[in-house]
Amino acid sequence: MSIRGNLLALVRGDGQADRVVPRSGQSARLTLATAAAMAFLAVFAMALSTASGRLADRWSDALAQSSTIRISAPAAEVEAQTWAVLTLLEQTPGVQSARALSDEDQQALLAPWFGPDLPLDDLPIPRLVEIVETPEGYDSDGLRQRLAAEAPGAVLDDHDRWRRPLAEAAGRLRLLGGLALVLILGATAAMVTLAAQSALSANEQVVRVMRLVGARDSYIASAFVRRFTIRALTGAGVGTLLGLLAVAMLPSARDTAALLTGLSFSGASWLWPLIIPPLAAATAFVATRVAAFRTLKGLK
Amino acid sequence: MIEMQDAAYGYGAEPLLSGLSMHLPPGSFHFLTGPSGAGKTTFLKLCYAELLPTCGSVSLFGHTATGLSRDGIADLRQRIGVVHQDCRFLDHLPLHENIALPLTVSAKGGLVQDANLAELVGWVGLSARANALPPELSGGERQRAALARAIIMDPDLILADEPTGNVDWEMSLRLLNLLVELNRLGKTVVIATHDLALIRAAKQKVQARVLRIQGGQIMAAGADL
Repeated sequence: MSIRGNLLALVRGDGQADRVVPRSGQSARLTLATAAAMAFLAVFAMALSTASGRLADRWSDALAQSSTIRISAPAAEVEAQTWAVLTLLEQTPGVQSARALSDEDQQALLAPWFGPDLPLDDLPIPRLVEIVETPEGYDSDGLRQRLAAEAPGAVLDDHDRWRRPLAEAAGRLRLLGGLALVLILGATAAMVTLAAQSALSANEQVVRVMRLVGARDSYIASAFVRRFTIRALTGAGVGTLLGLLAVAMLPSARDTAALLTGLSFSGASWLWPLIIPPLAAATAFVATRVAAFRTLKGLK
Repeated sequence: MIEMQDAAYGYGAEPLLSGLSMHLPPGSFHFLTGPSGAGKTTFLKLCYAELLPTCGSVSLFGHTATGLSRDGIADLRQRIGVVHQDCRFLDHLPLHENIALPLTVSAKGGLVQDANLAELVGWVGLSARANALPPELSGGERQRAALARAIIMDPDLILADEPTGNVDWEMSLRLLNLLVELNRLGKTVVIATHDLALIRAAKQKVQARVLRIQGGQIMAAGADL
């Protein structure tokens, strides 16, 4: 029987064939528990991957689109230098828009650290100019040189220094999440293979009788493959459900916007974990089929 | 049907059987006798390709046994009914499902019909025990069930390894009668046994050829049989 035939038999089912191989409690429990545990972990790996992916995208977008000029000058010169910077930016290719942050804007920026009643007038807070770039961007080295000449108190912060490593770290975290998924699938395949080999060994006498009365290897294998595939599907279904519930109960990202509290799915990405049970079933199908044929080759 | 040309088989360095050259024509009835350990079971295993000859050739239904694939061997076994001394049942299945097993595992699985199965179970006298599990059966009941399983695929060849080894004389004759009846229906029958009384009883009912295995060789038995 071909793989296609095995798949069809899997979907159709064969009550008589299912009865020929006795149910073995230990391998059934092992497969169910392993599939459930692995699916649970896979949901978290997927949540980590998608959350870090969102973070990496967000940081990358911000990195590419905005930068800030910080003007630290004696109080009497701040306004003049701010005006000079804005004029210079108007003439700089690659700058889409620029605006000086108002006192209210700066107060709002500092509020999370110093509270809402910060007396900005009494503190030497630098003036901030926010730059929105065109998709092509500007020449940062050239801009720095012109700022040094026309507004000595102005320092260009294109966020590159701190955002790029963060975006790279988030991107690698996304890759790690994907790698964790692959490892989880590999571990599932290994466990299912062991359980299938154990079931085949425990039923060696049954297999010998089936061979004796004319059963082909594909028929014998399919009896085991079907059973292990359904167990993996069931176990992974339960594990995925529990994983989704656990992720849903994590604190909301809106509170602090940090990575750990943002370890969740958003929008359509909640549907991604639904791929885990069929993926576990497919893994079990292949692992059991390979293990069964390898074991059967050793029997006459 | 089965032809051997200088075939040999050994489990170690020394061959247990050697120089086997013989032909089993369709519709024939053979007894295979010889002392314990002479190689009767090994000979039967060569006949259904559970063992392959270490040299020489064994041809089964026109196919060289060593050239058959695993699927080819499985298909071939659907044409051969085997009755083992230890019966080899699946203990978790009731008797009627054990008897129907060759049909279940074959491409003819869909042909398992209750009426035909019931008729066969009745023919071996086990209607009342159809739902019993194998461990609940007596030796004679197990042997009759094994015979029913062996013939459910309507095989061309029936191989029986000491089918009367665990039953009393009355049951031995009953089993023998069933095998003789199958031979009259055109089946080729080979029975391995060391029960000479059974062979003598059979020769009164059917024209049987008696082969003897001794010293690793197969030969026609003496005139006393």
